[in-house]
Formats: sequence, structure tokens, C-alpha cells
Amino acid sequence: MGDVMVLNDIEATAARIGIDLSQLDLDSIRLPPGENFGIISDDEDIYQEENSELDSGFGNIIVVDNLPVVPKEKYEKLENVIRKIYSQIGLIKDDGFWMPLDPETQKTLGYCFIEYNTPQEAELAKEKTHGYKLDRSHIFAVNMFDDFDRFMKVPDQWAPPESNPYKPGENLQQWLTDEKARDQLVIRAGSDTEVLWNDARHLKPEPVYKRAFWTESFVQWSPLGTYLATIHRQGAAVWGGASTFNRLMRYAHPQVRLIDFSPGEKYLVTYSSHEPSNPRDANRVVINIFDVRTGKVMRDFKGTPDDFAIGGTGGVAGVSWPVFKWAGGKDDKYFARMGKNVISVYETETFSLVDKKSMKVENVMDFSWSPTDPILALFVPELGGGNQPARVSLVQIPNKEELRQKNLFSVSDCKMYWQSNGEYLAVKVDRYTKTKKSTYTGFELFRIKERDIPIEVLELENKNDKIIAFAWEPKGHRFAVIHCDNTSSNNNPRPDVSFYSMRSGHNTGRVSKLTTLKGKQANALFWSPSGRFIILAGLKGFNGQLEFYNVDELETMATAEHFMATDIEWDPTGRYVATAVTSVHEMENGFNIWSFNGKLLYRILKDHFFQFLWRPRPPSFLTPEKEEEIAKNLKKYSKKYEAEDQDVSMFLSEQDREKRRMLKEEWEKWVAEWKRLHEEDKLERQKLREGEVSDEEEEYEAKDIEVEEILDVSEEVVSFED
Amino acid sequence: MRPILMKGHERPLTFLKYNRDGDLLFSCAKDHNPTVWFADNGERLGTYRGHNGAVWCCDVSRDSARLITGSADQTAKLWNVQTGQQLFTFNFDSPARAVDFSVGDRLAVITTDPFMELSSAIHVKRIANDPADQVGESALILKGPQGRINRAVWGPLNRTIISAGEDAVIRIWDSETGKLLKENDKEVGHKKTITSLAKSVDGSHFLTGSLDKSAKLWDIRTLTLIKTYVTERPVNAVALSPLLDHVVLGGGQDASAVTTTDHRAGKFEAKFYDKVLQEEIGGVKGHFGPINALAFNPDGKSFSSGGEDGYVRLHHFDSDYFNIKI
Repeated sequence: MGDVMVLNDIEATAARIGIDLSQLDLDSIRLPPGENFGIISDDEDIYQEENSELDSGFGNIIVVDNLPVVPKEKYEKLENVIRKIYSQIGLIKDDGFWMPLDPETQKTLGYCFIEYNTPQEAELAKEKTHGYKLDRSHIFAVNMFDDFDRFMKVPDQWAPPESNPYKPGENLQQWLTDEKARDQLVIRAGSDTEVLWNDARHLKPEPVYKRAFWTESFVQWSPLGTYLATIHRQGAAVWGGASTFNRLMRYAHPQVRLIDFSPGEKYLVTYSSHEPSNPRDANRVVINIFDVRTGKVMRDFKGTPDDFAIGGTGGVAGVSWPVFKWAGGKDDKYFARMGKNVISVYETETFSLVDKKSMKVENVMDFSWSPTDPILALFVPELGGGNQPARVSLVQIPNKEELRQKNLFSVSDCKMYWQSNGEYLAVKVDRYTKTKKSTYTGFELFRIKERDIPIEVLELENKNDKIIAFAWEPKGHRFAVIHCDNTSSNNNPRPDVSFYSMRSGHNTGRVSKLTTLKGKQANALFWSPSGRFIILAGLKGFNGQLEFYNVDELETMATAEHFMATDIEWDPTGRYVATAVTSVHEMENGFNIWSFNGKLLYRILKDHFFQFLWRPRPPSFLTPEKEEEIAKNLKKYSKKYEAEDQDVSMFLSEQDREKRRMLKEEWEKWVAEWKRLHEEDKLERQKLREGEVSDEEEEYEAKDIEVEEILDVSEEVVSFED
Repeated sequence: MRPILMKGHERPLTFLKYNRDGDLLFSCAKDHNPTVWFADNGERLGTYRGHNGAVWCCDVSRDSARLITGSADQTAKLWNVQTGQQLFTFNFDSPARAVDFSVGDRLAVITTDPFMELSSAIHVKRIANDPADQVGESALILKGPQGRINRAVWGPLNRTIISAGEDAVIRIWDSETGKLLKENDKEVGHKKTITSLAKSVDGSHFLTGSLDKSAKLWDIRTLTLIKTYVTERPVNAVALSPLLDHVVLGGGQDASAVTTTDHRAGKFEAKFYDKVLQEEIGGVKGHFGPINALAFNPDGKSFSSGGEDGYVRLHHFDSDYFNIKI
């Protein structure tokens, strides 16, 4: 089949033969066996697994046992009863019902086979009707047809399972020991996925690993950077290793769409949604929680999208991801999800509800975990037309004790923002004005780590200002807000940016404003992960304006532009920033790497650029005291690196010169050869031009000629005056 | 120096050509009138009226007496440069695309587009000294390449013809026998339509520009790839400086997508590259549509660009240009 087609070729071909790709269900296409369109599968075993399933082809048949034994005359009646039960669940195939008769007694044997169109329906039928009571003495026992085969093979004697000898694993954190302390990143462009080092000193990326068709939709790093997850039709997989990227584990989940790691990367949550065969039914949602290291399913959740839709009375259609939110901290102890009027908190020891029951919270709208502690923040909107105020409360898990609560009046919406250390919580509150015609915004600032959790109210100087963006300084006490006056004529195109600190000069318990920058072209905020520096970015409408700002000194370090930029991401150390134009735009696709202070280091262009992700780093093991000590003696440490930097730049310029010299030499050779041939051809060329000395074309010279001409001579007597 | 804006065409420019002395500039456009300008100050001297379709290409004889033009009206015409008088018309069955005089100006190569059932072709015509003796018969017709042939030029001593076009392949033909002598190495060649081709002054090497967003420099005799210049936009026009080791690429995003984006996104720049080091030196902005045509004055001290926007921009270099160090 020759070359692998790239997406735009496919689109072009589709357009040519008149196929609408958006209407096409790729899953419905069955390739002839053995055909792989030149894409060699690296997954032979998965391939075979799938095949064996196809071969047996009985995945959509169930066996219903414990039916009444009836004579032939009643056969039809029983069939109708059973059909009625099972056609509710899915479409039974034509000839998909078979209830065998005993040839001797001409009675039924008490079981039947039912064949559905899809294995999913069969699965569902088994789930729903196993244990169904037809009457007191007939309780259905439902099994998959394929399972019979499996159960028959179970040996009668129990044999102790073989335990595999311990094999030492690879160092999955090898990348952290890079001598040059570089960071890794992954990009997806076209059909290729590539992992690269960001070699800022050499002003270029250095390839680590590259693979075509590595994933079928996207890739994702685990939160501590140990694993790279890829998505496939059969499930998800994670990759990593000391020197290269090996597959470490696979998680079977057909048609997985979304994944989410727990913050300590112990667990992986996968999500899929399946179209029902009966269009009247709702989609079926399957969520699995895997143990990342063993690949075991710890718990699965099945249901309709409504069961997982978030937003109590809001009734938002569809599922907002992640459905399960993990409590902060590395131990991955709790996770929670919101349902109608409840919050269900699970713990990971048994994967069951904490205290065996969900927390009842009438009309809960939103919740979030503290990034470090098992504390939940909840938001409940106003009820009863304002008779019952809206509230924000903090709840400790597992004892479900309410730590703090705040009632709020005439609220239209709330948004919660946690500071990364869990020290502060900012709640952005939109309130109606007296006329209820418009809203204005204020902040409720919680100091979680202080006694009794004091709350402070912050309002902007201009109360009519609309908030465009809010961001806490990571690990810090400051935050930035983009706001603009929305009462002035049609959306002020140049909003203001304000910085606040949770401490004022003499009083650590008061919030104070640091500064306001007027009229910035910004609509998004990107703090450096180590704090202090922030990028005020104007994405979308502002075409990629960037301002690199130092909040310690309150000064702009640089302004720049990455035209049409769609994504901005700091590297985990806060040394470099990547800005990218992904394929939402047709042109300019690729990424730029900047230093933290806004110097453009290098620029890589890639067509069909989909994803850019820095590899996260786990938190440092250094104690705060040690870190402070290093910061104090930075000069001592930096000397070594400065020397290294110098060596590299010397080497580079040397290399560069060498390369240029080579190129020049090579070129000189060509030119000499051409001159020789040109000279050889000279006479012939003259002949072609009928004797004209042709080659003087390059040899004419310009002469300056000075001509003096006397126009007129006249004499005049000039007398001196005394 | 500020560029001189020459507004004489009503439709997008297609081609620009200086005469050997560098005092005249010929421009072709999709309006039907090739125009001649003073290359120094951009004053218009006159137009050549007679074509009834877009004019795609032109060439001027060494003595600046004759002009040949190829047009979508399925003709190529010979003109008296000075009087603007039509001397002869070559009739074809499909649009004429590229024209080029041979060394000595006794032969001309003319390419024609594929049209209806006709495939594209390269025609060689004898050019008579006296226009009265001129005949329309082709001395040679070459066929074979798929799709349009966007450019065909003479090789050294008129022994070969070099062609390039939509199928992204550069071919060298024997101009006597019509035999195909060479095709470029597919591995290193262009991936998309070749839009333009420009020879060096001494005819020893040539530069091709392609919609694959690159331009490539080739040896004219061996068809060896010497250099590749990569840019961010499809390349519509290329030119080689006769004075310095510079090449200029012009282009921009497809005209059909221009209105939907910011003018900065189009990158309608003439981009200068160091010919040897393949590094970008700088760019000249100004057009507000893709650049379709580029030409260097033979003295290397000025160049002109023609755009989809219908303007010709004539740039005289500042003195700093001649001292660029990279």
C-alpha cells in the first residue's frame, strides 16, 4: 500500500470521492484480515487478543438459565415473556432467540440463548437481569456465552499461582539526573509524537525519542512526570524508562476518550462513552479506575451521562472532566464526585464511600479540593428566591466536619481558586446589583492555615470592573487579576492588570494592592512555577501579545509577540517558557522557546502541530531551609555553571565558524568549476551570438568624466574703501 | 531608500524582467497589457497592446530590440520594444505560459498549458532576423510532463532546455533531439508545484521556488542540488542577485485565504537569504498580497517585486545593504 497517508491527504481523497469524513464512523470500517495499509502494528498481542474475540464471535450471546420447564404447547407463551424482558435492553437479532427442546420429553430444558447486535448490549442484559425473579422458584441466572468456555477450562484442583521472581525495575526518574539539568517536552505534529530535550544553551531541541502513530488521540504526562500516557482504541498505555520510552503498562478500556491521573500518579481514571444501539436510549458511560503500577481495575462506574453530569440544579448536559476530583497531596487518599444534592467522597483503601454514605448537600453547584490537604470547598447557590443565602463552606475529610462557612447574598455565581500550597482560597463572587440588571464582582479571601480561618473581603476600586482572569502566584502570597470596566462603551479593548499581596508591609494579616498596570493587551495570566515572574498574555483577539513582568521589582522585563499564539506553558523549573500555535490555526504552526525574562531563544515550525507539553517534575526533596541556603550562596553554585555556559558558547561559535568555512569552501569549488566551464564555452557562445564578444557583459565599468566648460569671462575693477 | 510604487496594472502581476543594460523593466500582469518602465525612476514608457488574455511571461532580447510575451489568449507575440509594434504572433491551441530567448536570440522556447484534452508541451521556435521572414512552425515540440509547465529556460550553449512545473520535477531535455536527459533526484527535490525558476547571470546554476515553502539551488549541467532555502510560506517567485551572494524569495499565503487573516499572517515579504550559508538575512515588506514576481537589476543595485495586489515596487538598495555581515 506504499506510503502512509497523512491527514490532509486523507481529507483530500475523501473530498474527491465525495465522502463526508465527519459523518463517517471509523469504528464501522472493517479492514480485510491481514490488511494494515502499510502501518505496521507494534502491538501484535493486542491485535491477536482482539482477533480471537472476533473469531469466536459469540460475545453478543447470553445464556439465560433457571427458566421454567414447559411443554411444547406453552413454548410460544414463554418465548413471548422472555422476549419482552430482553428486548427492553437491546435489539435481539433476527433468529437471535433459541430455546432448545429435550428430544425425548418434548419439553424445554430450562435455558435459552439470546443473541444481541452488540457485545455491549449483551453485557448490559447480563448485568440487569442476572437474578431477575420471574416468580419465586425461577430466578434467572444469566451468563455470557463466552464465559462458559472459560469456566469449563478451570481445573478442578487448585494450584497455587506461580509467583514471578522479582525483577528490579528501571529507574523511571532517570531524566531528572540529566547532567545539563535540562527539561523534557513532548510534541505532537502530524502523525509523529516526539520527546525532546529543551537544550536552551545550544538554542535547539535535542531529540530523545520519536514515534509515528504513537497515540490515537492525544498524549499526557502523569503529574510527576514519570509516565507518558497514550490513548488507543483498546485502552490507554503508559510509557517511560531510563534510557528510552518502553511500554510499562496497558489499561484495557475500549474506546477510551479521556484520562486523568491522581496527583500522586498512583491511579488512572479512564472514561468512555458508547453510543447505544437504540437511538432513544442515552449513551452509556464507563469509567474505570486503574492502579497505575499493577494495571488492575480498582473500581468501575457505569451509567448514563446524567449520572455523572456535574452541576446540581444547573443541569448541564454532558460530562465535565474530570468527573472524579482527587484530594491534594501525594498519598492519593480520597477522591470525590458531585451528584444531585450529594457529594460522594471515596477513599482509596477500599474504593468505597467514606462512612459508607455520600454527603448530602442540597443543590451543591461546585466543589474543589485543597491542593495539599483533605479539605473540600463547596458552593451552594441561593435558594428560595433569595430567602436562603448562597454559601461557601470548607469541609474536612474524613470526619466531614465543617471548618468554616460563609453566607453570601444576591449571588449569581461563584468561582473558587486555591493557592498551590493550600494556604489561601480565593472565591470570586458575582453579585447582582440592586436592579438585578447587571452583576459586579468581589473576592472572599480565606486564610486556610491561620486559626479560625479568617475571611477578608476584597473589592476592586472600580466596582463595575469585570474580571477577565485571576491567578495565584504558585507557592506565594500574591495574586494577579485582569479586570476592565464593562460599563464603558462596548468592552474596553485594553484591560488593566492589578497585583495584590495577602500581606501588607507591617501587617501580615491584611491584603494590600501592589500596583495596577493600565491598558494592557492581555486576557490571560501565566505565573512562573517558581513565582515572582508572570506573563501577561493577549491570546486570541490580541494575536499573541506577551509581556514578561517581574512582580518583585514591579517592572516589565520585556514585551514580545508570538503572532497567533494559542498556548503558553512554563517549564516546570520556571527557567523557560514555551509559546505555541497549534493547529486551530492553519498557519504559523509550531512553538517558540523564551527565557524567563522574555528573550526569544529559538523557534521550531511544524505543520499540523497539535500538542506541546513539558514533562512535569516531582516536587523537590530539599527542605525550605536548604533551599534558602542555596539561594543565599547562589554565587558559589553559579560559578560552576557559568564556566560551563562559557565553554558551550565557545564551542558553539567555533563549530559555527567551522561550518561556515566548509560551506564557503564548497561554494568556491562550485564557482571555480563554473568559471572554467564558462570559459570553455566562450568561443561557442560568441558564435551563437554571431561574433559579438559576448562575455564582456560582466566587465563593463563606469567612469566618472569631468568636463570643464568656460561660459563667460568678464573683468571688473573692485576698489578698496578705506 | 523608499521604494517606488508603480501602479500601472489593474490586475495581479505575473512576471518582471529587466533588459540587459538594466535601464528598462518589463512587467506582465493578468490585465492584457505588458508594460515597460524606466528602471531608474519607475516612469512608465509604454504598453504593448494586442493580447486578449492574461500575460504570463516575457523575455527581451540582448540588444533590447525585441520582446516576446506568452499569454492565456493562446498566443505568444513578438514586439518591437521601441515602437510597441506587434511583429509576429505564434498561435497555439492552449494558453502560453513561459517564454525564453536562447543565447544569440535566434531561438525561443515557449511552453503551453494542458487544456481540454491537450497535454502541456514545450515548443522551440526559430526567431528570424527580419520579422518579415518569421514563420510560425515549431522546430521542436516536447511532451511528457504531467500538468502545467510553469517555466522553461535554455541551458548552456542552447544545448538543453530546463523545465519545471506542477509535477514538482525538474527536467533537462536535449534541445536538438527532444530527448529527456535528466530528472532531478526525487529524494531531495521539491514536494509540491514548482512556481518559478531563475538562472544565474552566467547561466551556471539556477534557483527554483515551490509551493512546498522552499527554494532550491541546482547546478544547471549536472542537476545536482546545491542549496535549499526554507521559508514559512509558499514561494511564488525567486531571484538571484547578480552582484552579491544573495537570493530573494517572494510569495505568501494563497490569495484565496488572504482576506480571512491579518495582513501580518500572510507574510507577503520578499525574503533575502545568504546564498552560501542558506541563512535568512532580512525581508522587505510592503505588498498586501502575495508576491508573484521578482527581478534583480543586472547591476545588482536595485530589485523590483510584483504582487497579487497589482503593484510593482521598485527598491534601490541603501548603502548598508552592500555591507551586510552575518
